[in-house]
Amino acid sequence: MPIISASNITKKFNSFTAVNSVSLQVEKGEIFGLLGPNGAGKTTFISMLVTMKRPSSGRAEVNGFDVSSDPRGVRKSIGIVFQDQALDEELTAYENLDLHAALYSVPRNEREIRIMEVLKMVELDSRRDDQVKTFSGGMRRRLEIARGLIHYPKVLFLDEPTLGLDPQTRKHIWEYINKLRREHNVTVFLTTHYMEEADTLCDRIAIIDHGKIIMMDTPSGLKDSLGGDTLLLECSSPRKLCSTLKGQECIIDSKPHNGKLTLRLDNGEKKIPMIMQKARDAGVAVSSVSLHKPTLDDVFLHYTGRTIREENISSAESFRMHARARRRMR
Amino acid sequence: MNQEFIAIYFLWKREIIRFLRSKSRIIGSIGMPFFFLVMLGFGIGGIVSLEGGGSYLDFVAPGILGMVLLFGSVFSGAIVIIDKQFGFLKETLVAPVRRESIVLGKALGGASTAVIQGMLMIFVMAILGVSIPLHTIPLLFAVMFLVSIAFVSLGISLASIMEDMHGFQLIVNFLIFPMFLFSGAIFPLDSVPEILQYLSYIDPLTYGVDAMRIVLMGTARFSLALDLGVLVAFLAVTTSLAAYLFRRIEN
Repeated sequence: MPIISASNITKKFNSFTAVNSVSLQVEKGEIFGLLGPNGAGKTTFISMLVTMKRPSSGRAEVNGFDVSSDPRGVRKSIGIVFQDQALDEELTAYENLDLHAALYSVPRNEREIRIMEVLKMVELDSRRDDQVKTFSGGMRRRLEIARGLIHYPKVLFLDEPTLGLDPQTRKHIWEYINKLRREHNVTVFLTTHYMEEADTLCDRIAIIDHGKIIMMDTPSGLKDSLGGDTLLLECSSPRKLCSTLKGQECIIDSKPHNGKLTLRLDNGEKKIPMIMQKARDAGVAVSSVSLHKPTLDDVFLHYTGRTIREENISSAESFRMHARARRRMR
Repeated sequence: MNQEFIAIYFLWKREIIRFLRSKSRIIGSIGMPFFFLVMLGFGIGGIVSLEGGGSYLDFVAPGILGMVLLFGSVFSGAIVIIDKQFGFLKETLVAPVRRESIVLGKALGGASTAVIQGMLMIFVMAILGVSIPLHTIPLLFAVMFLVSIAFVSLGISLASIMEDMHGFQLIVNFLIFPMFLFSGAIFPLDSVPEILQYLSYIDPLTYGVDAMRIVLMGTARFSLALDLGVLVAFLAVTTSLAAYLFRRIEN
């Protein structure tokens, strides 16, 4: 039985449809990613799953509880890390976690044990009695992830968990998320617009654009759907090489053009020696070879006709990042 | 049920920790009332005499106490706006806790901090020579708490429907400050024009100041029963309003 299941869930704001009839299921123990540009409806969708917004139509269940009719059941089953910081900066790390544990009915005699456990996990145990306002952006993020785990949730929701963090901190946070699943079998549902994040972290990805799910598969499945790798050969006679390679089953498509030959094929790196051998046999001199594996960028471009990067620095995001930077300086 | 009490207690504790950690807020909260007290008590007190005797300093002291509670409480309610801006409000709103419990925790916490400010002011007053009979202290604290929790709830109600502190400043200038002035905190209302008297009747702080004056000086304009009755009614209105408006905050 899936731990998250949404069927035809829709959210309208007046005439604007933010989420348009989305259906998806997430299995227990999965790391599931919702990938899309800003404004695609990711946060709205997650807000409905965590009972912060009511769906306009459709149904969703989390851990067996209906998000509309039993929000309390859902809230008890989940941990949330919001896109924007939601810590009390005047309180210490310990006090923030203690308050959270109390709000989520963690028994009194277990509170301290669990707080230390999660603080150790995100390597903040040495800072437990420092006020959050002295923490860096990455530390705050880690503290929020720790907080989301104190009440042992069945599902952890992460809305853009690494937005605005430097690459090193980002990798660090990916490690924590992987560790979570490994050691606690927590199901993770995250949104992101970072391709690399979706690719390396998620078991499955749903690509969302304009409120609709466009594709849903494993990262490699999505990339394979584009039909193989691209091999670019610079050679003395592209036409001759092209006809030599005709009849090779592994080659899906080939196109010669001024001094170059473009091939589409599966497992390109394994075919290079064979192609070089054929070229030598045919007397074609190859001066360079480059292999391009499809990325999620290509997948996104293929299905939406746009690159996700074009949308990356929207005004909303740059505003948000400025606000964060300002907060951090205080 | 037990779970809700724990949530209320922890939210109360949070307000207390934040208050005690902010030295500037503690000093600032009694700064202006202190200057009012000194200016009026010793400045004007030297040139006016009250009908029926008694020093003006003793007369104005309960008024200044009302000022401390009024401003302290309303600003504690404003913490809802700060929580909105810093994102912390979300953390409490999605917790498996009733919204009413969140409001109650905040209101009790805010009221406690206002009463602490009031206690500091009483201490300052005693040093300045205001007569504060020790046996009146328990009843005085009870009235102070009643006034505070009612005004914190008013602050929470206002903060629930506001997006930033700028709007709140407007409320302070056009609602809170007039409430202080019309309450009879700094002058006896018997001798003012009738229109101002009517304004003072609809000002809830009037009854708070009057009650504290009765407790400290033995007598004032109304009876203690009337004062407490009005305050309890006002409390019922503001807490219901706070619970209603807070529940309507969009996540």
